[in-house]
Amino acid sequence: MKARKYFPIFGLALALAGVQQLTQLTGTAYYLTQMTMTAYYALLIIGLCLVMGYAGQISLGHAGFFAIGGYTSAVLTTFDLTPLLAKGNGVISILAASGLLVSRENLYGAALLSVNPWIACIAAIIVTVLIAFLIGMPVLKLKGHYLAMATLGFGIIIFRVALAIEIFGEADGISDVPGFPLLPGIIVSGDFSNRVQNYYVACMLLLIGFILLQNLIDSRVGRALRAIHGSEEAANAMGVNTSRYKLYTFVLSAVFAAIAGIFLTHYNGGIGPSEAGIMKSVRYVAIVAIGGMANLWGALVMAALLNFLSLRGMFGSYDDAVFGTILIIIMLFAPHGLLRLQLWRFFKKSSRDS
Amino acid sequence: MKRFFLSTVTLLALWAMANFFAMPTAAQAKTIKVGAILAETGGASFLGGPESRTISMLVDKINAAGGVNGDTIELIVKDSASSPEKAISFAKQLIEEDKVLAILGPSTSGETMAIKQICEDSKTILLSCAAAEVIVNPVARYVFKTPQKDSDAAKKIFMEMNKMGIAKIAVLADNTGFGKAGKEQLEAIAPEFHIQIVAAEVYDKAATDLSAVIAKISANKDVQAVVNWSIVPAQAILAKNIRQAGWNVPIFQSHGFGNIKYVEAAGVAAEGIIFPAGRLLVADTLPADNPQKKVLVQYRDEYEAKFKEPASTFGGHGYDAIMILVEAIKKAGSTDPEKVRNAIENLHGFVGTGGIFNFSPADHNGLDIDSFAMLTVKDGKFALYNK
Amino acid sequence: MTSQLFFQYLFAGITYGSIYAIVAIGFNIIYNTTGIINFAQGEFVMLGGMIAISLHTLLPLPLAIGLSVIITMIIGALIEIIFIRWLKNPSVLRMIIITIGLSILIREAALHIWGEGVRSLPYFNGNEISTLRILGTNISPQVLWVIGVCSVIVALLSLFFKFTSLGQEMRACAANRLAATLCGISTKNMVTFSFMLSAGIGALAGCVVSPITYTQYDGGTPLAIKGFTVAVLGGLGNSMAAVIAGILLGIIESFSVSIVPLAFQDAISIALLLTILFVRPHGLFGSKEAAGLKEF
Repeated sequence: MKARKYFPIFGLALALAGVQQLTQLTGTAYYLTQMTMTAYYALLIIGLCLVMGYAGQISLGHAGFFAIGGYTSAVLTTFDLTPLLAKGNGVISILAASGLLVSRENLYGAALLSVNPWIACIAAIIVTVLIAFLIGMPVLKLKGHYLAMATLGFGIIIFRVALAIEIFGEADGISDVPGFPLLPGIIVSGDFSNRVQNYYVACMLLLIGFILLQNLIDSRVGRALRAIHGSEEAANAMGVNTSRYKLYTFVLSAVFAAIAGIFLTHYNGGIGPSEAGIMKSVRYVAIVAIGGMANLWGALVMAALLNFLSLRGMFGSYDDAVFGTILIIIMLFAPHGLLRLQLWRFFKKSSRDS
Repeated sequence: MKRFFLSTVTLLALWAMANFFAMPTAAQAKTIKVGAILAETGGASFLGGPESRTISMLVDKINAAGGVNGDTIELIVKDSASSPEKAISFAKQLIEEDKVLAILGPSTSGETMAIKQICEDSKTILLSCAAAEVIVNPVARYVFKTPQKDSDAAKKIFMEMNKMGIAKIAVLADNTGFGKAGKEQLEAIAPEFHIQIVAAEVYDKAATDLSAVIAKISANKDVQAVVNWSIVPAQAILAKNIRQAGWNVPIFQSHGFGNIKYVEAAGVAAEGIIFPAGRLLVADTLPADNPQKKVLVQYRDEYEAKFKEPASTFGGHGYDAIMILVEAIKKAGSTDPEKVRNAIENLHGFVGTGGIFNFSPADHNGLDIDSFAMLTVKDGKFALYNK
Repeated sequence: MTSQLFFQYLFAGITYGSIYAIVAIGFNIIYNTTGIINFAQGEFVMLGGMIAISLHTLLPLPLAIGLSVIITMIIGALIEIIFIRWLKNPSVLRMIIITIGLSILIREAALHIWGEGVRSLPYFNGNEISTLRILGTNISPQVLWVIGVCSVIVALLSLFFKFTSLGQEMRACAANRLAATLCGISTKNMVTFSFMLSAGIGALAGCVVSPITYTQYDGGTPLAIKGFTVAVLGGLGNSMAAVIAGILLGIIESFSVSIVPLAFQDAISIALLLTILFVRPHGLFGSKEAAGLKEF
């Protein structure tokens, strides 16, 4: 049983590596760029799938968490501390002495002193966890449309803040974000020469996230979550601390979103307010829904397919229209997700147990 | 069993996708590939729409007339929906996959700044249609822009204010990259002209009514004039709300007002608004010896005949981008990116819709303050402003 | 703050508020009969405005508006018949995703039909700069039209729900669908009718506000978000509460401008709303029991 569980994931890993080899062979390695971006969005979406599909809590504000991660890390790694150091700011000198700051050159050859991407990454995750806790505690007490409204409102606030505050670059967002030296020799950046390793970094993160979630779902926590989804009152009566489980999954999925944001920001070399927009959050929710809600595989496949095609500009100015059509068609004819539909046709018996 | 089946389906799907990717893009002889990343949809579609239509129209026309140096142009337009992450994805795609000679656009400064480094690293020419000055200042080797400088627009406005004896102003800007850049320039340049900004507000690009903020600003009795720096339809709402509040303050707008639709939207409230803009909007009233007149009238007539809508300066930015590129390819006599880049940098006296372009290694915009004329609105039409 | 300034803010707030309230009423009508939030409600407002503007090139204004309301009502009914009517026991989330999809589709269709430019109907009375002096402040006559139409809609709706048999049947549906079906009311027809009604109200709102706010293909989504906010704040399903909540939100927004920069207006008003929701999780005027019964 244990080994069987990892079988599909192993297959997925092989497939991902196979795709890379194939692009190498056919000289179409440029596809990896958008696949890498897609993988990060997929990471966010499987995290959201946990909250929506398994804990049964809708979140219309997940782009907000993506933006918190991305923006925090972008601000810290681009904000030039040289003037502060020159002024003799004590805190900055200590930071500089302890190696937490890095010096680099910008596009025009001027020296910049900013926070080490690792520190920025950890700071971004901490900020996300704090905000997710603060927001999650009151919000998750709400139900139904009130919960949808509250999470939507949270997303709007993040979007407005990103758009109104100078340090976040207002409408222009933040550009010139440096690469993220993850391990010696591996840098998360959009440089064409780093493309293959970046593809594998993104795929590894996605796989790790996927395995984590799958184990979580099969564990005691997962059973508790499904109990909450079924009936919160019943779960409570059975001694499941429902509010704590809901909060923890919410925070965990926020961290997934933040990590996706941090890495994609480094990979793209910047982030803009459009990443925090309401339509982004709606898009993520919709992808989880057409993936079949409580279906990690469905969310993953749908996220990969739709994001990839959209990022390639496959549908030109009809991009949103095509997305809307897919949304409606799947919800009308295959409300449990496209993958379930096919399964159901072949294996009528096993369609309900998962 | 189910999982196994699922993974098989996934594998098959991936395999199919990979196969589909493997189709080689056949390189055709004798075509010049030019990419364009424009916001045809999304929040900046009122820029990207006219730009995209203009560029497509011109490329068709050039190809019908035999192309550039005998080569036809293959235009690949990508709709960025005004979001930087899509612009990044498309820029990489155009550069690596389609191996374009140059990228026209993007329409907004945020998107341009996001792909600036990518174009610089890959030595791809970028002719941005966004106005913000940071795009070309400091100069990046491969990055150019066609709209006039914000700082020149600000100076033009302040010169007019000095003439009118206005010293204390309120600044309003929309929350797009255009508004942001303009507000920064106004604040930076005002002291040079001894003008004091006593109130400043930023409004949302989708704002539907601004009477509250007008109430706030009009309560400040120091304000002698309002400068509104915006490129979105809300600037027409602002003009209306000022007049509806019974406030007869002089209104100055930026070159983002250069679209007759905004005048129509603001109706009589637009009367008397003063703003700097390229001469496209007043092409008819220019004297016959104006060097731009022929180009302007021709572009406007062709655009209006084809798309049945009034030409705007936004479409003009697209005109300038493609025509500068074509001119440079002709001058270079080659499609080698390096030679074309050098040709753009050495382009002098090129007559565009935005003005007469004179590029140099230090100036990748090529337009000076004379590219602006002060315009006003008279009887619902643009007219040269002279007092 | 001088009294003149106070009234200026107040009128600005009431203008915003009335617009939000009309959209929120549209949400509530559909919510009451189906238990779902129709996220395409904002698109009805946009469609109403756009169709009226196109018709106005041929027809006089009142006729153009009337026809536009009727056309939008037909579109609303068609949407319900094609996409929603035949679903068997759809989950609420499924319905929400469908309406989100519809909202995207209508918006994109509008982009390709009408282009990306702004349009607007002419002012019903006077023009862009004509104002009325009330309480020492200047306001546009169109603002009175908006407030007036909003009040008339609310009044007519309450009469309709109270005194007509159709209205009573719709209320029966809202109270208990199963019981209504057992009484011989066709709940399916009631749902179609509620879509028509809210599409019509949305379209009328779209026409009345068009001179003030302009009509653009993507103007529906921001309105829908505000309308949803107001509907939730008032307590879902309660149209009178939505009017009060809408005006409250409008006034909060306009007065917030006097203290904080305009750029933070949305963030402030929504933060305030969230606080209210945390204290009263079922909206300002909603009942706790009702909120508890609705499943997502």
